[in-house]
Amino acid sequence: MADITLTIDGVQVTVPEGSTVREACSHSGDAPPVLCFHDNLTAANACRACVVEVEGSRALVASCSRQAEPDMVVHTRSERVVNARRVVAELLASTSDISLAPSVQELLAANAGDAARYRTGATWEQPVLDDNRLYVRDYAKCILCYRCVEACGEDAQNTFAITVAGRGFEAHIDAGFGRAMPDSDCVFCGNCVAVCPTGALIDRSEYTLRQAGAWQEDAITTTETVCSYCGVGCDLELHVLDNQVVKVTSPMDHPVTHGMLCVKGRYAYQYVQIEDEMPERA
Amino acid sequence: MREYRLLPQDSVRSHPASYERFVERGFERAVRRAQSLSPGELIRDVSDAGILGRGGAAFPTGRKWASVADAPFSPKYVVMNADESEPGTFKDRVLLMDDPLGALTGMIIAARAVGAQRGYVYIRGEYQDVEARVADALAMLKEHGFLGDGFSIEIRRGAGAYIAGEETALFNSIEGRRPEPRVKPPFPTVHGLFGKPTLIQNVETLANVAVLLSESVAWFREKGTEKTPGTKLVCLSGAVKNPGVYEVAFGIPLKDILFSEALGGGLAPGRTLRTVLLGGAAGTFLTPQELDEAQYDYPSLRRLGASIGSGAAMVFDDTVAVEDVLKLLAHFFADESCGQCVPCRVGTRRLVELLDSPDGFDDAERLRDLGRAMQDASICGLGQTAPLALLSYMDRPTLWKRSAV
Repeated sequence: MADITLTIDGVQVTVPEGSTVREACSHSGDAPPVLCFHDNLTAANACRACVVEVEGSRALVASCSRQAEPDMVVHTRSERVVNARRVVAELLASTSDISLAPSVQELLAANAGDAARYRTGATWEQPVLDDNRLYVRDYAKCILCYRCVEACGEDAQNTFAITVAGRGFEAHIDAGFGRAMPDSDCVFCGNCVAVCPTGALIDRSEYTLRQAGAWQEDAITTTETVCSYCGVGCDLELHVLDNQVVKVTSPMDHPVTHGMLCVKGRYAYQYVQIEDEMPERA
Repeated sequence: MREYRLLPQDSVRSHPASYERFVERGFERAVRRAQSLSPGELIRDVSDAGILGRGGAAFPTGRKWASVADAPFSPKYVVMNADESEPGTFKDRVLLMDDPLGALTGMIIAARAVGAQRGYVYIRGEYQDVEARVADALAMLKEHGFLGDGFSIEIRRGAGAYIAGEETALFNSIEGRRPEPRVKPPFPTVHGLFGKPTLIQNVETLANVAVLLSESVAWFREKGTEKTPGTKLVCLSGAVKNPGVYEVAFGIPLKDILFSEALGGGLAPGRTLRTVLLGGAAGTFLTPQELDEAQYDYPSLRRLGASIGSGAAMVFDDTVAVEDVLKLLAHFFADESCGQCVPCRVGTRRLVELLDSPDGFDDAERLRDLGRAMQDASICGLGQTAPLALLSYMDRPTLWKRSAV
């Protein structure tokens, strides 16, 4: 494919045709920050953290999905861009619990945001939804990035168990008419948990340990292995704390899984750590 | 002063959906003439007439048609956007009730010009009387052979969401999805309904096409200004003696719309003008001085940071505090935000909370930062324009009066 040249913050950048503006930005400097964007998912365009200024365009543009065009002139750190990013971070911090959302915290800090500035009323504070054995939903932490919806739908699992319901400030993730997950179409693959950037969706094992104050991120080691359930050959990362598997993921850049697993690979690991005595053979 | 092109004269008595009306208004002639012209000639006529989109964005209609006609994929679609649902905007309702065949004629002509086989009329769900009227008109056109052979039109009804009037959200709605706006580009002209090239136009734009083809480019340009030929439907509401929908030529003095006896007829005795909200809920508050100077045309209004928008003009006298109007507008946008992007989902709610609080107007920097972020970073026109009326008020200290007289 042909190359195109554009100007980013005064620097000429040449990238392959079809690159996004964000990809082009990463050639000349830091890629714009993202909250909702995920390499393995369709760009949702929802968070607006990655906006940049393109000369000739009235509004700012989302660099995660806008294709780079020849002779585009892009500004990634203009006053308008910084204001938009700062306000986006402040609005999210005023609404959701961002304690387990490093990307939102970084956006707030990088743009000198004040988490309390728009705390003028409604929040998404709500009870934790604890309705199944494999994961917990704490939507007070949700930022409505759409990643879970996309992983559940066309981008990975094709189950379509969840979607966005309601509108405006009341928009939220829903499994259909407010149903609990066991009553929904959910197959418990946990791919939504794998892509959640804020801890709103969290594995039960991690949730339980965090509640007990026993989750020690620094003490966790990971061991790579291959899933033993079927012949697909999914790469697994076993996250081990105190000689116990506490979480299973797959590398997002793995050519087979792209980070996505099934219910067995992600959650059916208990057998690994049951230390039955082998019956002695006579 | 009052024009009759898009709206029929009072003397026209035939049933609005009848074949007699179709002939009487010259629409049959328009369709026959369009059939004798090539698609290229039709696009040239529309371009030469200088029709600008009447839904609010004022995009050159001819250029839009050429873009759809040139798009390589098929099938192509023509969509009439009749999802009018903003406070102060009610022209499409009147136009489709009084003369539905104009806009439908425009649609038939547009389909020929861009090569579309199928059309949709997307009507606001609450407009049930309008929907019935359009259905009657479609049945008549089919019966007389103007529809059904190579081009057919279906009605789709909205379900109570203002955001579904945003063109790409409207496509999602027709497709049976949640009406969330899509990111642009790609634009509807190449990637629209069902991912195909789509011409989407406001009701009034299509009605202009019908009257243009029933006459001529020279005739069309007799009214209006050099840069903005033709007429515009104005939705005049609020503190005037004669609120209603009026057709006026582009370029007339703005104050004539309010004060001329043939149009608004002025304010009630003893009242003085405080402000006009021009362009709709996402419009601009103008001061009486600005109103005196301006013409009803894009370049003149642009100098004031205002626009014609959908054609709404809401008039407020000295019994109304602008701050109260702003609160109502903020509630409207918070209720109608789809919730997809952060600046609009959270921003519209924070605007409500700030404006409703006793000292909410005092922290100008906080309001302005929020307004600018919404304007700059929202996905679609709803979030981008939701703070415009507030920002226009903040720029005009003479409108600041925290309580009604």
